[in-house]
Amino acid sequence: MTNLELQKMAVKIREGILTSVHSAKCGHPGGSLSAADILTYLYFEEMNIDPEQPKMKDRDRFVLSKGHNAPGYYSALANRGFFPVGALETLRHIGSFLQGHPDMKHIPGVDMSSGSLGQGLSAATGMALAAKLDNKSYRVYCMCGDGECEEGQIWEAAMFAGHRKLDNLTVIVDNNNLQIDGTLAEVCSPDPIGEKFSAFRFHVIHIDGNDFDQIRSAFEEAKQVKDMPTAIIAHTVKGKGISYMENQAGWHGKAPNDEEYKVAMEELEKAGAQLC
Amino acid sequence: MLETKKIATRESYGNALVELGKEHDDVLVLDADLAQATKTCTFKKAFPERHIDCGIAEANMVGIAAGLATCGKVPFVSSFAMFVTGRAYEQVRNSIGYPHLNVKIGGTHAGISVGEDGATHQCLEDIALMRAIPGMTVICPADDIETKAAIKAAYELNGPVYLRFGRLAVPVVNDREDYKFEIGKGVRLREGSDLTIITYGLCVAACLEAAEILSKAGCEAEVINMHTIKPLDEELVLECAEKTKRIFTVEEHSVIGGLGSAVCDLLSEKLPTKVTRIGINDVFGESGPAQELIHKYGLDGEGIAKQIWQNK
Repeated sequence: MTNLELQKMAVKIREGILTSVHSAKCGHPGGSLSAADILTYLYFEEMNIDPEQPKMKDRDRFVLSKGHNAPGYYSALANRGFFPVGALETLRHIGSFLQGHPDMKHIPGVDMSSGSLGQGLSAATGMALAAKLDNKSYRVYCMCGDGECEEGQIWEAAMFAGHRKLDNLTVIVDNNNLQIDGTLAEVCSPDPIGEKFSAFRFHVIHIDGNDFDQIRSAFEEAKQVKDMPTAIIAHTVKGKGISYMENQAGWHGKAPNDEEYKVAMEELEKAGAQLC
Repeated sequence: MLETKKIATRESYGNALVELGKEHDDVLVLDADLAQATKTCTFKKAFPERHIDCGIAEANMVGIAAGLATCGKVPFVSSFAMFVTGRAYEQVRNSIGYPHLNVKIGGTHAGISVGEDGATHQCLEDIALMRAIPGMTVICPADDIETKAAIKAAYELNGPVYLRFGRLAVPVVNDREDYKFEIGKGVRLREGSDLTIITYGLCVAACLEAAEILSKAGCEAEVINMHTIKPLDEELVLECAEKTKRIFTVEEHSVIGGLGSAVCDLLSEKLPTKVTRIGINDVFGESGPAQELIHKYGLDGEGIAKQIWQNK
């Protein structure tokens, strides 16, 4: 896909985020929106996957370690064809397969259940190790939150991945600088995140995570790195794309009301029209 | 005498993994810098490329195993029971239990028989923790023969299994031709009509001794080896309760949440029967030679017989 096509798709994915969270009357729009461009790139450009065969043997794997961004993840999967986009409206509803946090047992395309912060990177590292043990060429991608980097298990996994030289593993940190209780600096800052990954023997790339040129070049660079896993520190804007949500910690885990939803969808429609 | 041949179940675990590894390429063993103690070093020596030392980071080790399992591997995660079920409890629950991944969790050094290391290392709550996770199978073999059979059966079962092993050398109690191991099926090792002792692991041999002591006093106890604590062999427990109408559970575990609780859960709902739970009475352990601790906490043959006699 060209960057313009990716931008258009990212608008659709953001629409899915808003629609699903509005329908659920709860959920996590802020981080889903900051991560939407990277999720778009992963599912529409980067990863070797097949929606017709979600369990395809040597597919690339993705683990959403910041599992609360399920609305963004599900919207990317739905728009990519793993399940109907219409199902997004059932997010968090009783009986729906779209659980509040990713559930690999019931959601086509989900490679690992997640939601309890800090755990996904370990699972992704295990997948990358499995590929190495079997001499397979599939790659593993894992998205973590910046606040999530306060969990000790993230660094246990980083130590292991660096020690094992898992160059088939790419970690993306959605560095939107906000967590539930405020900015990282106000809560308990894990900064400098990049330098910590570097200390654990990762190749580290800093990008604007809402810019497709930079996203593309970072993933291309990661594939060239040998004997080291890569950490892409994606500097993003929480709530990206919805004016009143941008850079607001309050939109971490809150659904828009009907009026707010209307405004948000109009903004996205406008953004989409500008790309045509 | 029962004590003709003694071997710790952790030792049997290491040996059994080597046998399993020879037959199945997908078997991996993960450790957290305790391979010498968990005895998986035997596997490491035989299959160095399939042994993954994760360093002293149990939470990550459990997650690594989960990721490996999603890619078709059958990882055996090994550490002390305290760390693999306690420290990494939430990782076991959310990364293995919830997605029902095919990971086997081997917890060695369970119970007070750890000995000198003391309370911090003597896990008395692992059965309770693992039993509460939906879909988790919980097994504690009694001896060398049962450990080997349990490892094979755990491999053949597609799903998470917790296996509990001990540090102390224990006598072989299952050395007989008709021995058969089936997950979820308890075994009657001794017949008796006055009361029933249900036990597992290291206490099996002690309960058989206790039954002999009781027999000399005119009390005939049947002894059940309940190697699988979950799923519990409900049919067998109900049959025993129906028959003897008096149940004693014996375990090297807290009386809270272990086999005793599982038996009470069942009987209170389906066939109210008096149950006495013999085990560690809601206290932490302490340092000391294993045999002396077992004696102090009343879990040797003599101690078990005494507690049963006083309560029968």
